[in-house]
Amino acid sequence: MNDLVLAAEGASADHTALAPLIIALPLASAFFLMLFGKRIDRLAGVIASGAIGGAFLASIITFGSVVAAGHEAAESHRFFDWITVGDFSVGFDLLVDQLSAVMLLVVTGVGTLIHVYSIGYMHGDARYSRFFAYLNLFVAFMLILVLAENLLLLFVGWEGVGLCSYLLIGFWFEKPSAADAAKKAFIVNRVGDFSFLLGIFLLVATVGSLSMVAINAEAGAMSAGVATAIALLLFGGATGKSAQIPLYVWLPDAMAGPTPVSALIHAATMVTAGVYMVARLSPVFEASGEVALLVVGVVGAATALWAAVMASFEYDIKKVLAYSTISQLGYMFLAQGAHAYSAGIFHLVTHAFFKALMFLGAGAVMHALAGEVDMRKMGGLRKAMPITGTTFLMGCLAISGIIPFAGFFSKDALLAAAWADGRYVLWAVGVLTAFLTAFYMFRLYFRVFEGPLKVPEGVHVHDVPPTMAAALIPLGILSVVGGVINLPGVLTLEHFLEPVVGEAQVPEGAIAWVLGGLAFVAGALGIALARAVYLSRASSLRRRKAYSRAPGLVDAARDKFYIDRIYGYGIVAPGKALSSYLANVFDPRYVDGIVTGTGRLVARASENLRGIQTGYVRNYALVFLSGAVVILVIQLVRVGL
Amino acid sequence: MSVAPGFYLVLAGLMFAIGVVGVLVRRNAIVIFMFVELMLNAVNLIFVTFARQQGTVDGQVLVFFVLVVAAAEVVVGLGIISLIFRYRVSSNVDEINLLKR
Repeated sequence: MNDLVLAAEGASADHTALAPLIIALPLASAFFLMLFGKRIDRLAGVIASGAIGGAFLASIITFGSVVAAGHEAAESHRFFDWITVGDFSVGFDLLVDQLSAVMLLVVTGVGTLIHVYSIGYMHGDARYSRFFAYLNLFVAFMLILVLAENLLLLFVGWEGVGLCSYLLIGFWFEKPSAADAAKKAFIVNRVGDFSFLLGIFLLVATVGSLSMVAINAEAGAMSAGVATAIALLLFGGATGKSAQIPLYVWLPDAMAGPTPVSALIHAATMVTAGVYMVARLSPVFEASGEVALLVVGVVGAATALWAAVMASFEYDIKKVLAYSTISQLGYMFLAQGAHAYSAGIFHLVTHAFFKALMFLGAGAVMHALAGEVDMRKMGGLRKAMPITGTTFLMGCLAISGIIPFAGFFSKDALLAAAWADGRYVLWAVGVLTAFLTAFYMFRLYFRVFEGPLKVPEGVHVHDVPPTMAAALIPLGILSVVGGVINLPGVLTLEHFLEPVVGEAQVPEGAIAWVLGGLAFVAGALGIALARAVYLSRASSLRRRKAYSRAPGLVDAARDKFYIDRIYGYGIVAPGKALSSYLANVFDPRYVDGIVTGTGRLVARASENLRGIQTGYVRNYALVFLSGAVVILVIQLVRVGL
Repeated sequence: MSVAPGFYLVLAGLMFAIGVVGVLVRRNAIVIFMFVELMLNAVNLIFVTFARQQGTVDGQVLVFFVLVVAAAEVVVGLGIISLIFRYRVSSNVDEINLLKR
């Protein structure tokens, strides 16, 4: 680490100078709002947005200095010692390099827009200021996660965002469903965190340091077996936080929270923490040979396909977007499994743009329709809500991989990487998923925004207020042009990230065009199918026909393929049975038995020993005297009398 | 005229033994108290004896301490005994066993 700091000092200005400020601004705002939020009420949103906006500006400056520093920009700085035990020391170390600079921009940039949007969206909520306090706290923890140089600090951010996620999913805790969803998210994440912690322990035991720079430098020296174990344990943590099979079940339920939360935490930033972590520790994954990366890729591809199928059968617009998020996160892992970490990060960035946009658009629809989320009760909203409808269409085109929208370039990059790495099956799954993605997104779009106007009764539809439009429009533009950060052939972002995550293979020549064309065709076909089934005149007839062919399958899909029930019977029920045994049988009989048994033993012993105490002073004095005599005799014998 | 120190020591030993036996066998608190004083004075006698024999004053100084402490102890002890007597109308130590059970 020291070498690195020295190298950076020679090359450039101090990038880490602003790093603590970037974290401190939202953190300070969060605590301020928690203490005084009630009094300032309406101002809370402005203060919170201002704090994040300030962090965004500081991030831009930091990013600029990283860009100026070129290849050797990585720099870490210890701001204070945190834990020191003997030779082992953990500090508040922040690392600014190309990867964290990109993440900083995404987190604070998208975060700022969503804060501004929330001013309008949460208007009139009883706990208005608390919402912004939590949102600020979340951003602060996310920034700690992104800037952390050692794994312990990263874990602080990791758990902190989990806590804020819990608080915000359960923000409307009067609703039992929201409270339950919050608990579910927290507990499922706990499972992943357990694996993550084990991975960290194993890393410390192997490398003897928590510093990620040191770990990455020594990863090559690890044996492949140990590296595989570490990588798989760390990836276990990522499956929890980034909602991959088998721990994805919490994310669809997390939609019980306010929509800006879904946009910021459960689409754009927190759920990408796993992707970020894998990219950050990519040398460890590389050191494991092929096994760990194959697992990452296969889990990613399987999740991408599985969640896309689920999304195609969901009627709740937010849940469609939730499954879509899971599916897109799967894409990112698919790319990382093919050594293409920068492609994963590229998709992370563009996904943050278009998915945040679509969530905010969905929020605008709910806002207009008095909280309605069932897409069967909607239709033709684009004419009534032109800003929302148009920006939402941008997002749909982007995620479907249509040229020249942002998603096309990122999806093409990661599918091409899978092909170039020889993972043809994963590539095929990716293309199939691209088809399904376009299908379910346009199923949503056509049902909600096109066709004849249909709204729940007694609702007066209105388009978004200015604060919400102020977030939708920039995100809409970014969804269109976001691809320019990494155009094929130029690869700005990939070359920028190379010092951190290494070089990825890119297919050359004609094959690159064919792969891109195939991904595009898959998306276009998906849109065409959605149009045929949901927008054309014969659409309802076609749907009925399709249903009559395989009613069982469709019903199963609508019930999420019984996954929640399987988890319920297979994991939750035995867990409950075990705790009930422990609480009702084991604890009273054995644990309490030991405790009361000890007490009873002492009581019985003292009952018997009490006889010695006669209460007569003479008896005590006699014992006294005998003792004195004995000691005297011993002394006399010793001096030889 | 001087007496050999041995006689003083024997006398002190007898006084101490009488004191011990008295404390053990008598039941009246005030009498026990007096036997305790007897034991203390037996020890004082030994101190003085050796002080004279050695020609130093250390032992004599210690005797003054013992006397003062014994006086203080008698004040407190008699106070307790008279209080107990006021409540129990007895100074028999065998009847003063409230802490038992």
